[in-house]
Amino acid sequence: MKFDKDARYSETHEWVRKEGDLLVFGISDYAQSKIGEVVFVELPEEDEFEKGASFSVVESVKSANDLYIPVSGEVVEVNEALEDDPDLVNSDAFGDGWICKIKPSDMSDFDGLLSAADYEKMVSELD
Amino acid sequence: MDLKRTRLYDWHQKNGATIVPFAGWELPIQYAPGPISEHKAVRETAGLFDIDHMGQILVEGEEADDFLNYLVTADLSKLEPWNSTYSLMCLPSGGVIDDLFVYRKGDGKGWMVVVNASNLVKDYKWIVKQSEGKKVTVTDISVETYMIAFQGPKAIEVMDSLTDGRTGKIRRFSSGEDTLFGVKVLVGRTGYTGEDGVELFYPADRAETVWQGIIDHGKKIGIEVLPIGLAARDSLRFEPGFPLYGHELNEEKTPAEGLLKWACAFDKDFIGKEAIEKQMAEGLPSRLVSFELTDKGVPREEYTVLSPEGEEIGYVATGLYAPWVDKYCGNAYVKPEYAKVGTEILIQIRSKSKKAVVIKRPLYVPSYR
Repeated sequence: MKFDKDARYSETHEWVRKEGDLLVFGISDYAQSKIGEVVFVELPEEDEFEKGASFSVVESVKSANDLYIPVSGEVVEVNEALEDDPDLVNSDAFGDGWICKIKPSDMSDFDGLLSAADYEKMVSELD
Repeated sequence: MDLKRTRLYDWHQKNGATIVPFAGWELPIQYAPGPISEHKAVRETAGLFDIDHMGQILVEGEEADDFLNYLVTADLSKLEPWNSTYSLMCLPSGGVIDDLFVYRKGDGKGWMVVVNASNLVKDYKWIVKQSEGKKVTVTDISVETYMIAFQGPKAIEVMDSLTDGRTGKIRRFSSGEDTLFGVKVLVGRTGYTGEDGVELFYPADRAETVWQGIIDHGKKIGIEVLPIGLAARDSLRFEPGFPLYGHELNEEKTPAEGLLKWACAFDKDFIGKEAIEKQMAEGLPSRLVSFELTDKGVPREEYTVLSPEGEEIGYVATGLYAPWVDKYCGNAYVKPEYAKVGTEILIQIRSKSKKAVVIKRPLYVPSYR
């Protein structure tokens, strides 16, 4: 199980990484291992999201899983490679399996998210 | 209610399975490779399924032949000893109680009916009730009978290597007795994946002997045999168009609505025949279709089906990503006027309507056909 130290995490298993003035989002390695083989990713279709909104759905063989955005902001890029290769979410959750990039309305929201160590501790208590 | 475990439960645990509750049992939904890899392994090589949760009921006695032939939709009078047939068991209303495989015993005296785990108690009670006053004995032998399926293009090769070529000589839908690893086994050339293969019935206390023996023997002759979970079992049965009880089949839908007229012998009597014929004459209220999404998305069971104008016309019975044909697709019950191949329909996925089209069945032609 990987826990990318550069990323921060939400309690709903999304990871967030800073890239200049943007934030990159994906689902954690823990989350992908739990939902199993991903067959489809519904990429964000709207331009803006309020904190807490469902912004994407990751569908595995057996379940449709909503992703919730932990910061408000404007979508600037989505990972179109997932349209043809949704399983990148399984094979490289923190890298090629990223889902979208957002310009946050308030970057300080990022600092309120869980650190890798806190998130790892959280999921270790789930199993 | 306590969930039941098959005798291979510990084996599954030790071999990377994810266990889930299913029809009153704790069963492996997948192993470490995952359902898509498992599905492809069965289409390309061979896979082993623990299906001990399925039930086996013996129907025997002086009047067993006529009795069972009236209970099920297939014409059993034409079935030779050792042979088996897919069939349905219906209510007088025409609704389906269960779908089953009926095996005629090798000595010609009696029948073994293989039923779904979720319906075993219901089926047994129904058969016993119908048998009242008849010279028929009905015996549930599910507990002492183990059942596994061994499916895939290489399955017969492994079996032939174990049985000195005898398995390959069993015709499709027939069966024979053999000895595997010292265990007496009934070998049926049947299965529910669209691939060639066998289903094996043998004493439950030897569950692991035969299961592990097949995997080890495969390895010895260079054929990798993977254990396959329920998720892949579902997608494997979907592609060749095989119905699954609780999805395509239930007590509300008739075989005619479910594209299963072929499984009904209308030239004999059976429970439900009158109602089904009446429904066919008056017009079917719904019909099963297969569809493929032309927009992007994953259809799932119980999603609403809409006409292009947005009118509700039915529901999804099975929806999935089908790994071998590589399509986002499913089966749906729709109003008959939307059942023609090429008809455009919409599937309601969360808050959006996604475009789909009715397609030709089956998506995958069984390899033995």
